[in-house]
Amino acid sequence: MLRFSKDHEWIRVDGSIGTVGISHHAQAALGDVVFVELPEVGKSVEQGGEAAVVESVKAASEVYCPVAGTVTEVNEALPDNPALVNEDPEAGAWFFKLEIADKAQLDGLMDEAAYKAYLETIA
Amino acid sequence: MAADPAQTNDIKTTPLNAAHRALGAKMVPFAGYDMPVQYPLGVLGEHKWTRDSAGLFDVSHMGQAFITSTDGRHETVARALEALIPADIVGLKLGQQRYSQLLADDGGVLDDLMVTRSQASADDGSLMLVVNAGCKDADYAHLRARLPAGIALSVREDRALIALQGPLASAVIAGHVAGAERMAFMTAASDRFDGIDIHISRSGYTGEDGYEISMAADKAEAIWTALLADTRVKPIGLGARDSLRLEGGLCLYGHELDPTTSPIEAGLAWSIQKRRREEGGFPGAARIQRELRDGPSRRRVGILPEGRAPAREHTEIRARDGRVIGEVTSGGFGPTLNGPLAMGYVEAAFAAVGTELDLMVRGKALPAKVVALPFVPNRFFRAAKA
Repeated sequence: MLRFSKDHEWIRVDGSIGTVGISHHAQAALGDVVFVELPEVGKSVEQGGEAAVVESVKAASEVYCPVAGTVTEVNEALPDNPALVNEDPEAGAWFFKLEIADKAQLDGLMDEAAYKAYLETIA
Repeated sequence: MAADPAQTNDIKTTPLNAAHRALGAKMVPFAGYDMPVQYPLGVLGEHKWTRDSAGLFDVSHMGQAFITSTDGRHETVARALEALIPADIVGLKLGQQRYSQLLADDGGVLDDLMVTRSQASADDGSLMLVVNAGCKDADYAHLRARLPAGIALSVREDRALIALQGPLASAVIAGHVAGAERMAFMTAASDRFDGIDIHISRSGYTGEDGYEISMAADKAEAIWTALLADTRVKPIGLGARDSLRLEGGLCLYGHELDPTTSPIEAGLAWSIQKRRREEGGFPGAARIQRELRDGPSRRRVGILPEGRAPAREHTEIRARDGRVIGEVTSGGFGPTLNGPLAMGYVEAAFAAVGTELDLMVRGKALPAKVVALPFVPNRFFRAAKA
């Protein structure tokens, strides 16, 4: 199950490890992604902190971390194939995995239904 | 991810607004207008389509105006305009178009514009101007304040403007405007498009061959629809328009040009013809003649970052010793180049092609070098000499 932030990141939790990416809505708003910059493994990131960068032809956007943690792995396929963010944003185009510092922070995120309702309110 | 900025109120629309929405365009506010930034094809696909085939652009937000001399003489209206811009307008031939800049008294650029003399000598004493959407109100106020008695400004908000750009543009246009494929680059004519009265010029702002077509606002949709019915033509939004002109090394007002930049700093000396350089007689002539003679203190350059990271507008440019020597004015990703690219101003000593620089992106120095403009060769049409 994916949980979503108001900044349009998602996180999938498996034990203490979270996998983070950007939502389908986010990739559609960005348009064609041409560059991805990933964090270094071992970096500790605050909740809401800047963790990665995604750029379309026109603009650069930060990817914020939905919960605090320490980066354990990054998706090495993305820098060479940034278009994957457009093609498979909520699975294959994950950005990084992290060791979650405080799982209680997950409670503040939205499930898919709540995120859908949230998108309606900002449309 | 940051949310999209909120839409502003009081936004203007072009006569093609409904057509854009029907095509599924993503609309954004631009220079006070509700404009298509991209269609479902997307910026990358639209950019490549324009380079390979023919792209159709709504540029009706741009300002179209005429200045007209009551005496009906070309020289009178041309001299009046020459007092405000550095191009040779007196020497414009019938049906010829020139790119120039509206200058402030210190030689800074108030706007850049196209000036066209009608191909019909019966229209003499009149010049057509096309100016930037974001500058047009200020431009018109400036023209009204500065043009002498006997020269009238007529703003044509009742007209639309569309551009067809790309290597197949002339083959497409030839099916609607007889003989348009033989027009030379930077010439213009009054003509008919499937029977509709138009002004057409062989020009554009993508680095490709192409045309700009002006028509009465209520005829815009008929021409737009007729062109889109051709399978070689697709609609192109402002996103690809920007990446196309950036690859083409073309200045965009508010980025490469503003009241602090002179045409010489911007690398636009080519647009100031010999007689004007020698005679002066335009705003800021002393500065511009000095910069032509001694060189300006800074210059616009093309910049190629190493690696894949784009350097955006306002990115700081440093010399290899760490000293700040300039700033990026436009930067992004070039779909035809298939990599990042930028333009910016650097101190003149760092403007030579091959100079190594650093771009400060998110606190890190990214190596880059100065390259010749354009990034992608321009393919303007030059008519064969008879």
